[in-house]
Amino acid sequence: MSVPVADELIRPDEPRVQAVSRRTTSDRVFRAVVRASGALTLGVMVLIGLFLTIRAWDALRVAGFKFFTTTAWQPELGRFGVLGALVGTLLIAVIALVIAVPVSLCTALFVTEYAPARLRRPLTSFVDVLAAVPSIIYGLWGKYFLQDRVIPLSRWLGTHLGFIPFFQTKDAHERGSYSASTFIAGLVVALMIVPICTAVMREVFSQAPPGEKEGALALGGTKWSVIRTVVLPFGKGGIVGGSMLGLGRALGETIAVTLIISPLFDPRALTHVLHQGGNSIASLIALRFSEANDFGISALMAAGLTLFVITLIVNAFAAVIVARSRSGAATEI
Amino acid sequence: MAVQAPLRSETESETVVEERIRPQGFRTADAFDLLGGAFGSFCLAYLLYERLTPLSGGFGFFVTWYAFFLATTWFLARNRLGELEARDQLARVVVGTVAIGLLIPLTIIVGYTISRGYHALRPQFFTQDLSKVGPLSKSTEGGGSAAIVGSFEMVGIATLLAVPLGIATAIFLNEIGGRLARPLRMIVDAMSAIPSIVAGLFVYAAFILALHQQQTGFAAALALSVLMLPTVARTAEVVLRLVPGGLREASLALGGGEWATVRKVVLPTARTGLLTAVILGIARIVGETAPLILTSLGNTSFNANPFKGKQDALPLFIFRLVRFPQPAQIDRAWAGALALLGLVLVLFIVARLIGGRGPGHIGRIKRLRLARKGLA
Repeated sequence: MSVPVADELIRPDEPRVQAVSRRTTSDRVFRAVVRASGALTLGVMVLIGLFLTIRAWDALRVAGFKFFTTTAWQPELGRFGVLGALVGTLLIAVIALVIAVPVSLCTALFVTEYAPARLRRPLTSFVDVLAAVPSIIYGLWGKYFLQDRVIPLSRWLGTHLGFIPFFQTKDAHERGSYSASTFIAGLVVALMIVPICTAVMREVFSQAPPGEKEGALALGGTKWSVIRTVVLPFGKGGIVGGSMLGLGRALGETIAVTLIISPLFDPRALTHVLHQGGNSIASLIALRFSEANDFGISALMAAGLTLFVITLIVNAFAAVIVARSRSGAATEI
Repeated sequence: MAVQAPLRSETESETVVEERIRPQGFRTADAFDLLGGAFGSFCLAYLLYERLTPLSGGFGFFVTWYAFFLATTWFLARNRLGELEARDQLARVVVGTVAIGLLIPLTIIVGYTISRGYHALRPQFFTQDLSKVGPLSKSTEGGGSAAIVGSFEMVGIATLLAVPLGIATAIFLNEIGGRLARPLRMIVDAMSAIPSIVAGLFVYAAFILALHQQQTGFAAALALSVLMLPTVARTAEVVLRLVPGGLREASLALGGGEWATVRKVVLPTARTGLLTAVILGIARIVGETAPLILTSLGNTSFNANPFKGKQDALPLFIFRLVRFPQPAQIDRAWAGALALLGLVLVLFIVARLIGGRGPGHIGRIKRLRLARKGLA
């Protein structure tokens, strides 16, 4: 039955020749150098945490857990804590997010869905220029240009919506009581975090599966219904992740906030975001550093450590969320 | 009557020529709707805001106008095309106006900086320092030469430190990989989010306090390199990832080792992209102020030695002067801001011009050179 086969065709398999090459010296050196660089980069990050902790230790030992419940900042008197600055930081960041997320969402949708193809690159560049403008120029702009123009709005909100707890102000009709406020700082920071939020969202939206989009169109959907039913659900992870990356940036913003706000430590007064006065951990460090003694510096290190840990946690969450979204891990900023 | 109605619509539908439906197309009628809506809502807002109610202020007027504009758009689209299309049109208009509106703050920032800064930005700004400037000097006396030189030195040193390390890290992540690569990529991501003031605190703790150093330009450069490193590493990694794997395999198949492959194939292919990474890194740090407050302190007189004594930098110069009460000092600060903004924008534009092409892109000049050699 079987076809006769020539003997030479059924000889047993020989082991395949495997190309094994020893690494040359230059390759070994190359690997070692590159590995060492990677390790050094890792090491810098570890060192940052380590040194901040060492220097903060003095202050943290004295203050104990009270460091997180005290609002005043008077290290010379032994009465200091990060609560006031922390509340201020969070308020600025929340205001920035409330404004920046819708704007970024619209910009990202416009670039990926609405804009004609030849406009996409220039638009992206324009958004990126916003990220390249130094933060001190944002600060100057916020202080000298934006503030005067926002105060009428603040006053209108304070006069007519003053019953909302956040919008309460003391002298609702005084122009002066609206300057240097958390709200203005939040506005400026919002503008500064729009580029990073937009970049993440744009990346995720552009990976929305074209098949599903075409399917939605073929079922008679309009552009908006395609966005609502395909693009937005698909990009949910990117929206959340991008917002959180923006949050991380907003928490750490220093100079723009320092230039705009006038420092205030009472958390109750801080929640009146339209009223004069605000605070943030980063601006606390920038303002108090030059006049601090050794113990004061240790206290500032403790504040810096708090900020460092918070931004790390926020960014780690953001990274996990972006990576887990359906679009895969290829999100580059 | 009740029986006739469907009949009539049937006969009508036979005569109607079916219009081609294009889901993306922007028709002339849409443009007229938008223009008409904008004009009509402007008039309505003007009437309501300026004539009928005792309101005033540019911002409030603008908000009222925008609200009316959206409402008009919706009604127009509903009348002409129906409920579903109206919602689509409304979404299109909201998304479009917000995205285009984002250009407004950018234009204002650049325009305002120019208008405030150009009075004091004269040639002497680049040649004089502030050592002879008194409280009553005019804003055209004295300048930021100390700050400019300091900025260049700090950024130069930071670049020398951060670029090799950043590119080596990117090569590690992309070419060698292994178990360390994943955590390292996460760390680099986390590093890019370090608040700049924390980088300053770190250098103050680890370099100035621990090693008993002075506050110098070099200390500032260390802090800046901590901020620059992740930017360079991440951008460079993206660029290296774009180098086609086939090129690497070809090099390895020809007997090239890893080092030879990276040096002769991967890096040259990605050259323009790596240059972009470096320039973006520089643009990131040249305007950083917060770490310098802690590490280099600033200086009103000229100091070109980054290793000894306090040194000034452009952002510090601005930050210090803008808190003076004298208008002349504030004018000088704006001149500094204009110089800084110009520098950053030039860097950014250069980065865009050389970047943005794929790896291995052959430009016009290079093609000519190759043609002369008879290669292309």
